[in-house]
Amino acid sequence: MLSPLWRRQALPAPLDADDWADLLGQARSSLLGARLALWLQAHGGLEAVPERPRSYLRLALDIAQRHHGLARQEMLRMRAALRRIDGPVLVLKGGAYLATGLPAAAGRTLSDIDLLVPRDQLDEAESALLAGGWIAQERDAYNQRYYRQWMHEIPPLTHVQRGTVIDLHHTITAPTSSFAVDGAALIAASRAVDATDPRWRVLQPVDMVLHSAVHLFQEGEFDHGLRDLLDMDWLLQHFETREPDFWPQLLARAAGLRLQVPLHHALHHIERLFGPRVPAGQRAAVVALAPAWPQRTLMACLLERALRPMHPSAAQGGDGLARSLLYLRSHWLRMPMHLLLPHLLRKAWMRHFPDDEGDQPAVRG
Amino acid sequence: MMLRDLGAAECAGRLRDGRLRLRTGPFVMQLQSPVAEVAAGVSLLYADYPVPEPAEFADFSLQVMRSGGLRRWIKPQARFFYDGQPVFEPMALDHAYPLLEWSMNWCVASQAHQYLLLHAAVIERNGLAVILPAPPGSGKSTLCAGLIHAGWRLVSDEMALVERDGSGRIWPLCRPVSLKNRSIDVMRAWAPQAVFNRVTVNTTKGNVTHMQAPAAHVARMHEPAVARWVVFPRWQQGSAPVLSPRSRAASVIELARNAFNYAQLGEQGFHRLVDLVRGCDCHDFRYASLDDAVKVFDRLAAEAA
Repeated sequence: MLSPLWRRQALPAPLDADDWADLLGQARSSLLGARLALWLQAHGGLEAVPERPRSYLRLALDIAQRHHGLARQEMLRMRAALRRIDGPVLVLKGGAYLATGLPAAAGRTLSDIDLLVPRDQLDEAESALLAGGWIAQERDAYNQRYYRQWMHEIPPLTHVQRGTVIDLHHTITAPTSSFAVDGAALIAASRAVDATDPRWRVLQPVDMVLHSAVHLFQEGEFDHGLRDLLDMDWLLQHFETREPDFWPQLLARAAGLRLQVPLHHALHHIERLFGPRVPAGQRAAVVALAPAWPQRTLMACLLERALRPMHPSAAQGGDGLARSLLYLRSHWLRMPMHLLLPHLLRKAWMRHFPDDEGDQPAVRG
Repeated sequence: MMLRDLGAAECAGRLRDGRLRLRTGPFVMQLQSPVAEVAAGVSLLYADYPVPEPAEFADFSLQVMRSGGLRRWIKPQARFFYDGQPVFEPMALDHAYPLLEWSMNWCVASQAHQYLLLHAAVIERNGLAVILPAPPGSGKSTLCAGLIHAGWRLVSDEMALVERDGSGRIWPLCRPVSLKNRSIDVMRAWAPQAVFNRVTVNTTKGNVTHMQAPAAHVARMHEPAVARWVVFPRWQQGSAPVLSPRSRAASVIELARNAFNYAQLGEQGFHRLVDLVRGCDCHDFRYASLDDAVKVFDRLAAEAA
């Protein structure tokens, strides 16, 4: 019900109260509430929406707008905190869309800010952020070591007063992953956000698109899979008209970084859900990205299920199984077997026998 | 139509199929649960609540379900799902009814940002409201439960829904009053006519039950009240009743600390809170017995009249 909207110009039919509740629920569980509101604004207007659902759409817009204001302030503070380190700092994903004014920022909420620094600057950057008030909440020694030894990021840093979260990366994929990407290559091609500080940067356009694609498939978090796919679609639409030779460059970069497979999966589902995107001249090259048919077909089938909004009104049998398989696959991609098995076993053990009582949401009565 | 007109069997059937809708204050809740205790609790405590037409928009859709898997046989559990996703940690199946009430609170607190949401009980007389904020252990629910059986109208036991237009109007979220541990017996003795759900023992908050909101108060749950007092209650054994003035500034800070969405509303949250408190007299209130409390609150109401 939700994803077809982005290939249409109008609501499919008059919606009744249940349809509105389902549509809002699907948007809420896909983190697309504000984007749904923006879509409705552009196609027929929010005024045409019945009053009760409209009030929640307005709230989603307010919240997204507030998120943007806060994220801008936080990025200024991070920028100030990181002034003492020497190297470049890249802001990734939602933060980058917001900082460079991309359409993909519209109606997007940000749960944290992702930053990337050269690997040899990681300790310095962490110290600088610590001095700025961001500290790691992760106290479990195993998890600390897991992040630092095997991952492309250190444990999330949370601000002691404001609670804002930074994910500090040195590259965009786990070094042990089958899609390992050298962070230095990304930094070398990056662009300055603005003229005021050449060290504050974002990925070049084709890398931004590839990051969005690889993120979707390596994290195994499908609650915002649809949102990430839509981000990527909007990045493509924006860059293809503004960057010379965008598509050939994208395909060449995917080959250079060996990210053809994630790019294939992402483009396949973008076209399936949101309509044609690949220019006719590039079609053959895009088809050539695809892996061999068993993998291609299996993944298409799993992702089709996993990318559905995680809401009862959109659920079909097998969705949960598909997400679990993709979650396992995301780990498989990230780590070789001899690392993966002990890690997953430990996670399963900790889930059933946690060290201490987990924090529960505070609202009771 | 009221829930009691449906009859217990139809109520349980609709609950099982996820078709039971209730109006509670400004919200329509759509509930699903196959658990017998939940059906019993809902048909007892919500008997006087309107059942909206099927064509009406449901603000929140909640499910309190049995956990699956092996647990079903060994140690059955109840889970709250919102939008199909689990929210709290699972609880013993026996705790399903309080879990439903907490889940309804969670929905309002996490979604209804059209209001400034304060964690407080609210009671009303002559159109004027007392806000009773709720730091843990303050005994606000007991005080609220006592006063609504002594001439005050229940606006809300858990949350003040403050209109965001600066008018200081508070919308009723008139739902059953939650009572725990010793206050259950205190209230049974104080209001013998009141209706209580069965007591759920050994929850994370101890023994808990819910007291039915008086039918006359439910019938008025579309009438807002204007905030006139903020009273920070504190039950203290053996204490004489002491109502002492408190500064508005300190009250704003304490209310902000007790708000669910103060931070989400940003600057507007601050302004709405200041508007609200500007129109109020603020007090600390220490008391030991409900009889004393009733006298003090009656005096407040009489002075305002």
